Amino acid sequence: MTAQTDAIEAPAPEFGRARLRKEDERLITGQTNWTDNIRLPGMLHVAFLRSPYAHARITAVDVSAARSEPGVIAAYSGADFAAEQGSLPCAWPVTPDIVIPAHPPMATDEVRYAGEAVACVVARDRYAAADALNAIEVDYEPLPPVLDIRTALNEDSPKVHEAGNKSFEWPFSNGDLAAAFTGAPVVLERYYRQQRLIPAAMEPRSVVCSCVGGEFTLWSATQIPHVLRVMLALVTGIPEQNIRVIAPDVGGGFGSKLQVTAEEVLALLIARKLGRPVKWTETRSEGNATVHHGRDQWQRIRIAAERDGRIRGLDVDLLADMGAYLMLVTPGVPLLGAFMFPAIYKMDAYSFKCTGVFTTKMPTDAYRGAGRPEATFAIERIMDDLAAELGLDPLELRERNWIKHEEFPYTTIAGLTYDSGNYEAATARARELFDYDGLRREQERRRASNDPVQLGIGVSTFTEMCGLAPSRVLGSLAYGAGGWEQASIRMLPTGKVEVVTGSSAHGQGHETAWSQIVADQLGVPFEDIRVLHGDTQVSPKGMDTYGSRSLAVGGMALVSACDKVVEKAKVIAAAMMEASADDLEWSPGRFSVRGDPDQGVTIAEIALATFAAHNLPDGVEPTIDADATYDPDNFSFPHGTHLCATEVDTETGFVKIRSYVCVDDIGTVVNPLIVEGQVHGGLAQGIAQALYEEAVYDDDGNLVTTTLADYLVPSAVDLPSYVTDRTESPAANRLGVKGVGEAGTIASTPAVVNAIVDALRPWGIDDITMPCTPERVWRALQTARGGDQASAAEQHAARQSDQTQGNSPQGIDGGVA
Amino acid sequence: MAEIAVSVDGVKYADHVEPRMLLVHYLREIVGKTGTPIGCDTSNCGACTVLLNGESVKSCAVLAVQADGTEITTIEGMANGGLHPLQEAFHAEHALQCGYCTPGMIIAASDLLRENPHPSDEEIRAGLEGNLCRCTGYENIVRAVRRAAAAGVSA
Repeated sequence: MTAQTDAIEAPAPEFGRARLRKEDERLITGQTNWTDNIRLPGMLHVAFLRSPYAHARITAVDVSAARSEPGVIAAYSGADFAAEQGSLPCAWPVTPDIVIPAHPPMATDEVRYAGEAVACVVARDRYAAADALNAIEVDYEPLPPVLDIRTALNEDSPKVHEAGNKSFEWPFSNGDLAAAFTGAPVVLERYYRQQRLIPAAMEPRSVVCSCVGGEFTLWSATQIPHVLRVMLALVTGIPEQNIRVIAPDVGGGFGSKLQVTAEEVLALLIARKLGRPVKWTETRSEGNATVHHGRDQWQRIRIAAERDGRIRGLDVDLLADMGAYLMLVTPGVPLLGAFMFPAIYKMDAYSFKCTGVFTTKMPTDAYRGAGRPEATFAIERIMDDLAAELGLDPLELRERNWIKHEEFPYTTIAGLTYDSGNYEAATARARELFDYDGLRREQERRRASNDPVQLGIGVSTFTEMCGLAPSRVLGSLAYGAGGWEQASIRMLPTGKVEVVTGSSAHGQGHETAWSQIVADQLGVPFEDIRVLHGDTQVSPKGMDTYGSRSLAVGGMALVSACDKVVEKAKVIAAAMMEASADDLEWSPGRFSVRGDPDQGVTIAEIALATFAAHNLPDGVEPTIDADATYDPDNFSFPHGTHLCATEVDTETGFVKIRSYVCVDDIGTVVNPLIVEGQVHGGLAQGIAQALYEEAVYDDDGNLVTTTLADYLVPSAVDLPSYVTDRTESPAANRLGVKGVGEAGTIASTPAVVNAIVDALRPWGIDDITMPCTPERVWRALQTARGGDQASAAEQHAARQSDQTQGNSPQGIDGGVA
Repeated sequence: MAEIAVSVDGVKYADHVEPRMLLVHYLREIVGKTGTPIGCDTSNCGACTVLLNGESVKSCAVLAVQADGTEITTIEGMANGGLHPLQEAFHAEHALQCGYCTPGMIIAASDLLRENPHPSDEEIRAGLEGNLCRCTGYENIVRAVRRAAAAGVSA
C-alpha cells in the first residue's frame, strides 16, 4: 500500500501563524461549561457562614435552628468535620524550621481572618441555603487583630498563632557585600510598599462534587486539577484512585485558582456525608475576602554604585505578609523574587533576606507574576532613582550595567543562568516606537514653562524567570512537587489526532496553540487535531498551568511525544512499503523512500494500517500513540523594554497614561495573536497595581474592598491603548520558546510609577506609594510645595522614617543612607 | 410566588417565581440560559448583561418579576443561525481569552452600536465602562467593536 503521489507539498508551517482560536466558538455563543452551569440530579447547594472578626476564639456554634429552616437538608459547624477535614496543604516549606500552622478548612476553635468559614448550610437551592445562615448562632470571644507586618514581630505584638508571628527567614547571598558597600561613591536606600492585591478573576470560584459508591467527581474552577486531586487525597485520606477532578471551562485564574481551597475539601466531605451532589459558588464579596490575595510586602533595598553608574552591590530585605495561614505556595512566592532583584544587571555582590510574617488577614499566595513583579518593581524603581542621583539618563544607566547580548549564556549573581536575550535590541526598538528623544524634549518644554500638566517618562527593562521549572531546582528549593509536564498523542484510525495535555488552560488558548505545534510536528491539518485537557480521567498526568509554564514545558512535552509517534510510525511505514526503516525519510506528514520521493505513505495511512494491524512486523504492537513527560533543564527568561509616558496634572493629582510602548522578547512565537493578547492583559494588571488596586483592611481587620465598587479593577476607560512589538532571541529549547503569561504584569508596574515619579522630580518627590491615586499624588505635591526644596527633602525623610518605624526587630534599621 | 410571562430568545415562558428572585437566576436556573454568567453581586462587572426590550441591562440588578411582559435577548439568542457580526468580530480580533465577560461584553457592545453606529475608540471605551474584563486589557475588545461598526452592525 503506497500513496498516490499527486503533487505532495509540505503544508505551510503553523508555527508563527496568527490562528484564530478554536476555543472561541463556545465562548462567544454562550455554550461554555462553567462549573456553576453544572446541574446534577438531586444536587444541593452549600452556603458558608463566615467570621465577622479578624481574630476571635469560637466559644460556641449552634446550627440546630438552621436545620429546621425550609428547604434545609443539613447544617454543619467545624466540629462536624473535625475528625476528617485535615489541614489545608502548604507544599512549599521553604526552610527546615518554617512554622506551618494547622489550617482546618472550617475553623473549629479560633478564627484568624475575617471571612474564615465557621459553619455551613446545605439546602435545596441557593436562596434557601443563604437564608438559613441567619439561624446559626456563633459566640465569639474577640482577640486582638495583627495587621501590620512591620510591628507584628515586636515582642508586645498579639500573636496570630501560638508559635508567634514569624513563619520563616530565608537568606541568600553571593559576593562580598561589605566590600561592595564600603567606600562606594554612591549608596541609595529605599523603602517600597507592595500593596496587597485581589486577583479578581471574572469567574467566581465554584465547586460541584458528587459521591457515588465511594467514588468522587469534583468539578472546580481551578487551574490545577492534577495537583488538586493529589492534595485532596492527602488532606482527606480518600484514596486518590477514587477521586476524579475536572476543571471544565475556567474563567481566568491569574494564580488565584492555583490553590487547594477550604471549599473544595468541604464540598467533598459534604457530598460524602449526604450521598448527594453538592454545589457551592461564591459571591464576589465572598471571593474578594476569601480567595487568596497577592503581593503585600515591605521592601528595603540598598544599592551601591560607582559614579559612572556601575553597580557594585545590592542588598534586599523583605517583609512578606503571609496572612493568617500558609496555603499551597504562600511562602515560596517571595522566594521567586529572590532570584530576580539583580534582574538584567551585572554586579559584584548581592544579599537577600525575606522574613515571612503572619497577620490576621486572608493568606497571600500566587498572583500573576508571583514574587517577580515585586522584585522587578524594586530594582527598576531604584535604578531610576540611581539615574536621577547620578544625573544619567535612566536608559543609559541600564545599558552601563546590563548583560550584553554577546555574553549569553550568563550566570547572574543570583545563580541563574540566562540562556538568551538581547537587551540592546529590545531597548533600541522601544526607544524608536516611543519617540523617546522627542518625549524627553517635550518634558523639558513643559518643565521650563511650568505647565500644570507635567510629562513623565518611565522605564522598565525587565526580565523574569518562568516556565516553572526544572524538578531538581524545585527540589533544592524545598518545593513539594516536580516541574515536568505530560503530553500524549493519540493517532485515530481516520488520521485525526487527539492531543492530551497535562496543562490546564483557563483562557490561554492551548487548544489552538497546541494544535499548531502538533500540526507541524506530525504534518496533519490544524483542523484535524483536538486537544483534551482539564480532567484527571482524560488527562491522568499533569502539573497544570501557572508560572508561564505551559508552552515552555507543556509545549516541549508535545514535541517529545510527537517524536515518539514518528519513531513508531517509521517501523510500520517501512513494513508498508517493504523498505528498510533506515532508507526512510520523514517530512512532516509522510515517510518516503530516500531517493524515490514518489514512493511514500502518509501518517494517516500509517494510522489506519496500525488500527487494522493486519500486516505489522513481528513483535510490533499495534499502536503509534505515544506519551512523553518533559522536565526542563532551565527556567525560561523572557525580557523586554517597557516605556511609559504619563501626564500628571499637578493641580488635581490625576495621572493619565499618554503612551505605553513595550517590546518583549519571548523567544520564538507559536501564535502572535495569542501572545499579543497575553501581553495586553498582563499590562492591564500591572498598570492596575500602579494606579488603581489595593485590598484595604480597616483597623479591626475587616476587608473594606469587598466589592468591585471598592476594589478598582480597571474598565476600558481607565486603561490606555498599548503599542506592542517583539524582538526574538530564541530560548535554548527545541522550539526556542519562552513563557509570556506574566511578562506584561511584571514589567509594567514600575514603568508606570517611574513615569509618575519622573514627572514629579522637579518637586523633589522620589516615590508615590501604590496605587498612585490622584489623592496621593496631590498630597505629595502639597507636601512638597509646603516649603522650599530643602523642606520637601526633610518631609521625604520623615515619611521614609515613618514607613520604617517598628522595623528594628526584623533587622530593618530604618537608617537612610 | 409571583407569576411572570417573558419571552427569552424568542421563546415564551410562564413561571412562578419568588418575588425576590433576580432575573439572572431566573434565566440561568429556571429557563436554563447558562450562557449568561454572574461575575459580581453589585452590578459592577456587567458579565450578566442581557437585552430587555432591546436595551442592555445587568440581569443581576433586575428582579425576575420586573421583567414580566418583556422580551429578553441573551447571548444565546444574539444570532439567527450562524454568528452575529459582533460575535464574529470578537473571534476575529481575539477579543476574548477566558471568555467569562464575553457574553455581557458582546451584548453591551450591541447596545452601544445601536445608539452610536460609528463610535470613536474613546466612545467605545466609555460605552463599555460598565463591563469588566480581566484578561484582554480591552485593546482587542475596542478593535472588535470598531470592526463590527465598520461592518455596519447597527443596520
